[in-house]
Amino acid sequence: MDVWHQLAGGFAVALLPLNLALAFAGAFLGTLIGALPGIGPVNGVAILIPIAYALKLPPESALILLAGVYYGAEYGGRISSILLNVPGDAGAVITTLDGYPMAQRGRAGEALALSALSSFIGGTLSVIGLTLFAPALAGWAIRFGPAEYFALMVFAFTTLASLAGKDPVKALISSVFGLMLATVGLDPGSGLPRFTFGELKLYDGIDFLVVAIGLFAISEVLVLMEQSFLGSARQMRVTSTRVSLMVFLSTLWTILRGSVIGFFIGVLPGAGASIASAVAYTTEKRLVDREGTFGQGDPRGVAAPEAANNAAAGGAMVPMLTLGVPGSGTTAVLLGALMMFNVTPGPMIFQQRPEVVWGLIASMYIGNLMLLVLNLPLVGVFARILTVPRWFLIPAIVTLSFVGVYAVNNSAFDLLFMTGIGVWGYLMRKFGFPLAPMILGLVLGHLMEVNLRRALAISGGDVGFLFQSPISLALWLLSALSLFLPFLVVRFGRGRA
Amino acid sequence: MRGLWRGAQVAVVFGLLGWALAFQPAGVECVAPANPGGGWDFTCRTVGKLLYDLGIVPRPVKVTNMPGGGGGVAFAHVVTKRKGDANLLVAASPATTLRLAQGKYGGFSGDDVRWLAALGADFGVIAVRPDAPWKTLEALIADLRKDPSAIAFGGGSAVGGQDHMKVLLLAKAAGLDPRKIKYVPFSGGGEALTSLLGGFVQVFPGDASETIEQYKAGKVRILAVLSEARLPALPEVPTAKELGYDAVWAVWRGFYMPPGVPDDAYAFWVEAMKKVEASPEWAKIRAGRGLAPFFKGGAAFEAFVKKQVEDFRELSRSLGLIK
Repeated sequence: MDVWHQLAGGFAVALLPLNLALAFAGAFLGTLIGALPGIGPVNGVAILIPIAYALKLPPESALILLAGVYYGAEYGGRISSILLNVPGDAGAVITTLDGYPMAQRGRAGEALALSALSSFIGGTLSVIGLTLFAPALAGWAIRFGPAEYFALMVFAFTTLASLAGKDPVKALISSVFGLMLATVGLDPGSGLPRFTFGELKLYDGIDFLVVAIGLFAISEVLVLMEQSFLGSARQMRVTSTRVSLMVFLSTLWTILRGSVIGFFIGVLPGAGASIASAVAYTTEKRLVDREGTFGQGDPRGVAAPEAANNAAAGGAMVPMLTLGVPGSGTTAVLLGALMMFNVTPGPMIFQQRPEVVWGLIASMYIGNLMLLVLNLPLVGVFARILTVPRWFLIPAIVTLSFVGVYAVNNSAFDLLFMTGIGVWGYLMRKFGFPLAPMILGLVLGHLMEVNLRRALAISGGDVGFLFQSPISLALWLLSALSLFLPFLVVRFGRGRA
Repeated sequence: MRGLWRGAQVAVVFGLLGWALAFQPAGVECVAPANPGGGWDFTCRTVGKLLYDLGIVPRPVKVTNMPGGGGGVAFAHVVTKRKGDANLLVAASPATTLRLAQGKYGGFSGDDVRWLAALGADFGVIAVRPDAPWKTLEALIADLRKDPSAIAFGGGSAVGGQDHMKVLLLAKAAGLDPRKIKYVPFSGGGEALTSLLGGFVQVFPGDASETIEQYKAGKVRILAVLSEARLPALPEVPTAKELGYDAVWAVWRGFYMPPGVPDDAYAFWVEAMKKVEASPEWAKIRAGRGLAPFFKGGAAFEAFVKKQVEDFRELSRSLGLIK
């Protein structure tokens, strides 16, 4: 009851003309920022903070603008993922797996429209979750310690097996490449450099986005160039720019599951949109991919990660608002921005500054709706990018990739590294190694290692500590199921036949 | 009469000459050696904004994020590529001096740059859960004396980083063997604090600013602050020093400049930092961010930093963190 009353108060704030305009501006800018590879929500929010400051906006209005950029970017990231195989931001890497194949089959418009819809549903469901359960979820996030995170990462790895496709050995090797890259940088336990070869730029490890853009975009450019030389290039067609009700309904359960998974993973501090979309995608592949169409342009493979990464953006607001602990890189920047406005998030904020919290939550409902309205008509415009001739498109992808990667760390070293990874990715494709496991190995490997080492540091080296809490036990059980269930199903199926 | 006229002419010429020669800031850039969201980024963005708002610089200060190597990439860049650039400020803190002391910036040392000023400081705290058995710092240390392996400290920096050093400093001051202390590194104070709230670690050696909200909400108990005197924001919390443990950890927020910056420019920036520090706007931001007043500028700051690097090196060596 009280929640509705508070939310009504929030809508009174969010529906002020200024705040409506800011939510729109944030959502629009966010879509653009997300669409540009490299410049993700973190940079977008950081760029806008001084502007919000200079405009002398009240804190709730500034937050509405900045949060609009955040979830707008999760919307926009999908565009270049689907059209060009260039992930627009970290959360959109998984979207390339089925989004780009859909585009290659002339279904780019459909993929864009469907992903806009799933983004909208994911985003809205997570705001509902935020509205109803924020304080309760904060308690849940706290119960996730190093042992639980480690078990979660193990679970994520077992679902990775589902990305294996026809050749599980090659998928395993690919994920080991990712794990190897994850070990580069300062050792989290001792603070000593590992595999950095004295290069200071490697001390912080290898940026996920640099690898993702190199692996997908640069290797794609090389493949396109090869096709052009061999004369086997086909101009891509764009048929429909609408998604049929049938397709939408067939993905509805996928979208709902993806939203729930994304929201819960987003709530956990330390796990963000990239892990949420990966887990949603692999879970979905496990559950519904009976014909083996995932990875070849299955609409459900686009819907799951897009619902999840938008839901994760809402979920990440939970620990930020209730605990004052950021759930993702972007919420860390938002937190800093709030403190500059003399609003300190934390356990007291719901009582002390209700207009800020509830204004923000209400604006997220409105912003998500605006994004949908904004994005659907633009699908046709975006999809037309594919009809651009290759002699123009290829240099454009390369330029976008280089600008985007440079924007991550302002480092020319990253450009060289990305190019190297791109050539590596091209070779992997030529030899039939899937690229996605490598990306996941890189994302999960680091979190897995630091949490295992933290857990062992706490327990004094006792491995039993990893299996003590109900949450970690449940995750271990899920991991075991995820590994062995497929075999059991096969045997059971044979027995019946 | 003629003499006077001549004198006036000379005065005007020299005045104009002096105006032309005095350092004028143009195209000022502030490098934050980390990604957006952290302390260095905050230092650049707030002070940069105040420099413009107070009319000290003609155009808004451009903030460049240059992450990598815990500030090492920016340090190397400034020393090797930006020599003599009088319009470049770089955010710094004890994280900078600690890494310099431990030799983590490649071959560079604290003497390679010009240290400008510090404008405020955060202070270390020792925090536990409200239901923890320790009501005072003495009780915690007594239990540590009995069995150091039963109590895990969870901080937001790597082994050998700031939060770890606080614990080691305190252990040393209490006469405990610092090497027996159990320290769990998290990526950031927020994660460490969450782990404290979840009961995975028992003690959080964080900073006052990141702990104060949880403290006000009754989610943590602060046993002591690691400052010279009690903090205005936490008047009821004793300092470790008054309890008999000489452990002080001041997280100052300041800047250095490239080597070879002309003295007139350096003097201009020291004055500029004084103006920012004395402004009511800065006082407001400082309080909002949980920082305590702390100013050192120019030569005094250079001396302070050099001594700090020496002290940190000595401390790290005695703790076995470096050889």
